[in-house]
Order: sequence, then structure tokens, then C-alpha cells
Amino acid sequence: MAEQKRKTRTIAVDLVARVEGEGALRLTVQNGEVRDVELKIFEPPRFFEAFLQGRHYEEVPDLVARICGICPVAYQMSAVHALEQIFGTRVEGPLRDLRRLLYCGEWIESHALHVYMLHAPDFLGYDSAIVMAKDHPDLVPRGLRIKKAGNRLMTLLGGRSVHPVSVRVGGFSRVPLRRDLAALHEDLLWARDAAVETVRWVAGFEFPDLVQDYTFVALTPSNDYPFNEGSVTSSRGLHIPSREFEAHFVEAQVPHSTALHCTLNGASYLVGPMARVNQNYDRLSPLAREAFAGTGLSLPIRNPFHAIVARAVEILYAIEEALRLIERYDPPSSPSVPVTVRAGTGTACTEAPRGILYHRYVVDEQGLVREAKIIPPTSQNQRRIEDDLRAYAPRVLSLPDKQAALSCERVIRCYDPCISCAAHFLRLDVIHV
Amino acid sequence: MLPVRVIGLGNWLRGDDAVGLHVARSLRGRVGRQVEVIEGGAGSLDLLEWIEGARQVVLIDAARSGRPAGTIHRFDASTASIGAWLFPSSTHALNVVDILELGRALGRLPPQVIVYGIEAVDLREGEALSPAVAGAVDPVAAQVLRDLEATTHA
Repeated sequence: MAEQKRKTRTIAVDLVARVEGEGALRLTVQNGEVRDVELKIFEPPRFFEAFLQGRHYEEVPDLVARICGICPVAYQMSAVHALEQIFGTRVEGPLRDLRRLLYCGEWIESHALHVYMLHAPDFLGYDSAIVMAKDHPDLVPRGLRIKKAGNRLMTLLGGRSVHPVSVRVGGFSRVPLRRDLAALHEDLLWARDAAVETVRWVAGFEFPDLVQDYTFVALTPSNDYPFNEGSVTSSRGLHIPSREFEAHFVEAQVPHSTALHCTLNGASYLVGPMARVNQNYDRLSPLAREAFAGTGLSLPIRNPFHAIVARAVEILYAIEEALRLIERYDPPSSPSVPVTVRAGTGTACTEAPRGILYHRYVVDEQGLVREAKIIPPTSQNQRRIEDDLRAYAPRVLSLPDKQAALSCERVIRCYDPCISCAAHFLRLDVIHV
Repeated sequence: MLPVRVIGLGNWLRGDDAVGLHVARSLRGRVGRQVEVIEGGAGSLDLLEWIEGARQVVLIDAARSGRPAGTIHRFDASTASIGAWLFPSSTHALNVVDILELGRALGRLPPQVIVYGIEAVDLREGEALSPAVAGAVDPVAAQVLRDLEATTHA
């Protein structure tokens, strides 16, 4: 409006990584009330979808692993499961266990990184883990050592593309010996105790009071806690197979950014550790449930700041699950099962550390990718983060620019937003109209 | 003898961000057996694991300080912090300067740490390097080889 006077405060905020101009948060304030929240932190992976077109299906696991430096396994798993659905390939027994084990490694690594290095400094009053490391010389090394246990699993099983062992459609290029896995046992035992301590530690933080009415969405398998499989379920009664995902979850362009927002029945929803713990609490291990019970939190968790507790509980679960899978591992006679190429469409959802990662592929009779569709967890959570900020921002408007920005950034950080495949620089613009 | 490591960082699919990876790849097979060359990808905190336990590391990453594309910065980070101004454009969860300072705070830095920053201009999605940035790959690789020679003969 021409007659309205605009006063814009621009505050630069580094989220955790930065490419100038890529990410921004814009709050529009009218008469001291938040009128609009526009967040742009995640670009849709359209380039990567185009990049996959015309590629042979065998190349896909390596190519998608490059999309995200933090969660290569999630990308590989959603891809191979979708392709195997097309070819009618069934990966079971020890090969299925190895994939689950690999996913455990990624969760341990990614969650430990976020809990210790990126999120805990917010609660302990530090600008960064570097400063925190100086004051708490025991904490950061503990987090790094937990993370390393996950990293060793990933290195052994090929989550890193530089490694000769790798994930492929039908299984792996090579499988480890029993003794290769047994060598990780001691590290994981240490990490299990450290994870119990971690849950206790983070549950003792002071949490801002922000209870929200979320729609939680997670995979729910028939037995285990979800990694590679399960129906897509919501806390409001949705229960669908992954092939119906796009019929319920709708991506829409929003005017304020090139990002796509994903909605369910026209509203925001939440994926990730909080949703998984809420939807699958009874599938956690007894020790993980005991650790959660010790925190004094009750289900469902509805404060976004409690995500750090859910993440810590999942670190513990993933370590225990890794120990269990290593214990019962009996190397398969062949590292992969035969694949019969045929044309078709396949879909898969798996649980990336940050939440559901959906892939759909259309493949022709030569095994070439004709179409690829990727919906990452951060684009699904983007609308939900805006809703949280809309509820939270009124409390910070009276603060000076820098503090207001830091407070909003803390809300965003609860979601562990993907930052590696789409690098970001978060700028906060407060517009008074 | 502790190993020497050359580590390129970046994302292969983000244009000039991959320049450090290109340098590392060009050094494959051109270094002595005691030198490990790592194409580090965009995984951030792995960097701390890679630099630990080495006697010398050479890091190569994309930089963005406003100098012309392809400008080569070389720093010795062994004893003092290099300014964070150099790598504001890192796509890594914690950038290379953050990781080095974390390593320093934890007492885990190798005795010698050399960092190359190559000025990037185009970080959009894509596999190609800009011409000026691509032109820096060979000179940096040659200089890294001289760094390594100085160490291995010392």
C-alpha cells in the first residue's frame, strides 16, 4: 500500500552454513502483531531430478549419494527401494539387516552432529560448539566419539561413495565379514552408555514453552522402529503405502520463494525424530523407552524444542539396534540378489535422520531413468517451521534485532534443516507495515 | 611415520564449490605413497576425523572473499586461526575454518596445516567449473606438490 510507511530492519543471520542470499526469513509485523512469516531455507531438488534423467539404474545409488553430504544413505536407500519395487527384487535376510545397519550409522552420525555440535550450544548459551568446547572439554569429544561410531559403520558399509564397498540395486557390491563388524562392537558398547548419558544431559536443558498442535507423519512398519520401510501414517489417522504418497501430500509453489511447500490436506505437518518417537514409541527398544521415561516428558512430544530429546533417544536406539544386528549377522552367500530389469514406476519412503524422504522413478525397459521425483524432509517441514515461527515470533518482537533473529534461528534449528544439498544463508527481514 | 593427507572439499554438484575436489582428483597418482588424497565431499565434521593423527594436512576448498574468480589464497593454519572471511560461502554444515578452530580447541590439529582457498564465482547447481576457476586447478595442484615435497624431504 502506497500510503503505508514501510520500515525494514534487515538482520543477517548465519544459520549454520552460508551462501549469500539463499535462505531468508521475513517477518511482517503490523500494529505489533506478526502478520506474515515467509521462510525460504530449502530449494526443491529439481536440478537433481533432471540430473538423474537418462542415467542407467545402476548409476543411481552413487549419484544420489552425492546430493546430500550429511544423509547419503537415506538417498541411496529411498532410491534402491523404489528401483527394486519396479524390478520386483526382494532384498531380505542379512542383506536387509546390513541396509538397516548402514542406516543406523547415518542416524548416529547425523544426530550426534546435530545434538552436540549444532543444537546444544543454543541451550548452553554459546554461539558455537567451538566456544562450548573450550568451556566443556569433556562434552564435545563425547559427541564426536559417538558420531565416529556411526561414521565407522557408514565407512564399512559404503555410505561414503569414496569407499569401494557400496550400495547397489539388489544388495551391495560386497559384504563385510563377521569379524569386520565385530571390530565395531566395543566402540558401540561405549557409545551406548554415552547415549544414555546424552539423553539425560539434554533432558536437563531449559526449554522455551512452545506447545503446538502438530500433525505428525512417520513411517510405521509392522514390527521394528522405522528405517527402510513401513506405511506412511499420521497422528490424525492416515495410513497409506508409499505409492499413494503423492495423492495425499501435495507440493505447491509459494509466492515468496522458489521453494515448494508440502502439505497434507492443505495444512502443515511434521516429519522427523519427534514424529517418529510419537508414532512409534512402542517400537523403540526397552532401554530407549526407559531412557525416555527418565526424562519426565510425556507423549506425544509437542514442543519443537524437545526435538533434541527425541534425537538423543534415537541415537540410543540406533546404537542398540546396530549392536543387535551385528550380533546376529551371518554373511549372505552372495552380496546381492539378481535383478531383472523391466519398465515401470516405483516409489519408496525411508526415514532419513530429518524425516521421510520420498523417491519415485520411472524406468524404461533398458533400465534408463525416464523420470525422477524427490521430496526431501526439509521441504516437508518448511511450512511447519513457518507455523512454529508464527506462534513464536510475537515473543521476540520487543527484542533488539540481533536477539530477535537469534531466537527465530533457534526455532528453525530444532528441525535440523538440511543444509548440505542446498547451502544456505539465513537473512531475517522484519517489515513493519 | 604419521601420514600426510591432502583433502579436497566441496559438493560435486554445486558448480565452483567442487574446485577443491577437482584439485584432489588431479593429484591422484601424482603423490608419494605416504600421502593420502581424500575427495572430501560436502560431509562436514568428517574433516576433523580426517585431519586427526596426520603430521601434515593440506586442505583445498572453494572460497568467497570478493576477489576475482580463480584467485588462489594460501594460508598456514598451523599455529593461528585463518580469518573466517575467507570461506563465507562454504556449503558445509560447519565451514573449514570452524572445523580447524574446533580441532585447535580440542588439541587435535596436526603440526602442519595448509589451507588453499580458491575464489569461486558460480555456486549454482551444475557440474561444470567456471573457466577462471578451472584455470586455478593445475597451479594449485602444482603448489600442493611443492608443499608435500618440502615436508617429505624435511
